[in-house]
Amino acid sequence: MGEFSSTELMVIVAARELRDGESVLVGVGVPNLAANLARKLHAPNLLMVYESGTIGSNPSRMPLSIGDPCLVSGAKSVCSMFEQFAYYLQGGRIDVGFLGGAQIDKYGNINSTVIGDYKAPKVRLPGSGGACDIASNVKKIIVITPHEKRRFVERVDFLTSPGFADGKDNWRKLKLQGGGPYAVITNLCTFKFDEVTGEMTVASLHEDATLEQVQENTPWEVKVADKLERTLTPKQEEIEALRALDPERIYLR
Amino acid sequence: MDSNKLMSMKEAVSKSVKDADTVYLAGFTHMIPFAAGHEIIRQGRKNLTLARATPDIIYDQMIAAGCAKKLIFSYAGNPGVGSLRCFRRAHEKGIPAPLEVEEYTHFGLSGRLFAGATNMPFLPMRTNLGSGLPPENELIRTVKDPYTGDEVSVVPPLKPDVAVVHVQRADASGNSHIWGITGEQKDTAFAARKVIISAEEIVEESVIRSDPNRTLVPDFIVDSVVHEPWCAHPSYVQGYYDRDNAFYVEWDKLTKEHESTLKYLDEWVFGVEDRSGYMKKIPQSKIDSLKPKPALSAPVDFGSV
Repeated sequence: MGEFSSTELMVIVAARELRDGESVLVGVGVPNLAANLARKLHAPNLLMVYESGTIGSNPSRMPLSIGDPCLVSGAKSVCSMFEQFAYYLQGGRIDVGFLGGAQIDKYGNINSTVIGDYKAPKVRLPGSGGACDIASNVKKIIVITPHEKRRFVERVDFLTSPGFADGKDNWRKLKLQGGGPYAVITNLCTFKFDEVTGEMTVASLHEDATLEQVQENTPWEVKVADKLERTLTPKQEEIEALRALDPERIYLR
Repeated sequence: MDSNKLMSMKEAVSKSVKDADTVYLAGFTHMIPFAAGHEIIRQGRKNLTLARATPDIIYDQMIAAGCAKKLIFSYAGNPGVGSLRCFRRAHEKGIPAPLEVEEYTHFGLSGRLFAGATNMPFLPMRTNLGSGLPPENELIRTVKDPYTGDEVSVVPPLKPDVAVVHVQRADASGNSHIWGITGEQKDTAFAARKVIISAEEIVEESVIRSDPNRTLVPDFIVDSVVHEPWCAHPSYVQGYYDRDNAFYVEWDKLTKEHESTLKYLDEWVFGVEDRSGYMKKIPQSKIDSLKPKPALSAPVDFGSV
């Protein structure tokens, strides 16, 4: 992959998953790039909402945290933290939420709390923030993550944000109003989720990646979609638009 | 109550913050009252329960200084940078002292403040179910929805002993205008037993009354008012100064060791008298670089017959 980095590839693939008119809860960094790229290319009416309570942000530069003042200047609305979670998320107004974490399992459950035991952690991570609230309430969860064995695990050390629990049957019993995980985008492939079991399934392979490579970096036996696709190579137009969003390459490496 | 509540941060902290209190320094990345945290450190408060959705650098400093016995939080990271090393050292290794944690999601913690502010017995919410958090925090419980019979997650009210809320402008009795990211400012002020307002500017009451929708905190719930320009540095105040991102990155390096953290505290907290002393140490070029371009809102008309 000479002409674009694996981060650029993941951002471009993620941007394509966003539809015009959707409301998307954006985090900083890579998800922010994906949402802004989609808005520039095919989704001009994407509503960008940030956890800090800014609605319809129109940042003039790359925001450096979710509370960056550039997300306020020129936004459609700004509300309190409680209102953001109550009116927007719990109110069912958010279509897509981007989540990240240290570990993810085959049902899309995410750990962003601890590596090791909760009471005596090997590594203490920041914790949920709004992640569990987002996972429980958005229609589609999208995760962007490098495809590494330490990130894809059989069982997450701590379940911070529910994916499809230990399968879709038990997930239904939780009666969460959100739609659960929708896509996991890695540098090798895009996973979608089996409609019946809720298990992560390889839907599309990027560039010259192979199923063997995906399997090598995933500790469980990976399921493959009946109609496995080949991801469209990033177009020059997509690459240029993306690079213009992060000219100092803060997040694009 | 005296309508002039103006005093120094030193007096306000001395009057309102006691050892073993539950303290909430408000501000979701925006308007974090660093000056209040530094004054609490200087006055040597101990055994505090520190509550904040995002502990941020300010609680990292207070934990390193040995003020805290417990942390109530929902996201313990250095926003946009990585870990909070002092929090991790205390929690993982007990340096300088063991730190209890009580952990929520953002909705859970902001819901606790809302319940505290509105005197609700508890607050039901659509989150937590299926997460590993409730088994680790016995205060996150479930009740049966009396209408559907479904299991519903609930959190109890949080009523901090003291809240510090930094604002753009307030009058001398504490009516406070806030704009930009309003975070948990209003909920925290209404939930707390005692409220310290610190403000970039002190204005006439007529300025407040000219724009009453912007008053998120009214004076009758406020105990002390502090005029404290640059209180929130290295966080920011919309329209006054931007976030000092370089410092947030620098903090990660400064805190690699407990000793290097103490050196920072010696110089920047114990080594100065107050916030104006702290600001005198910051080069003018840095201060100038944080001043934003103006973006004025269109005026509104509050007229009546």
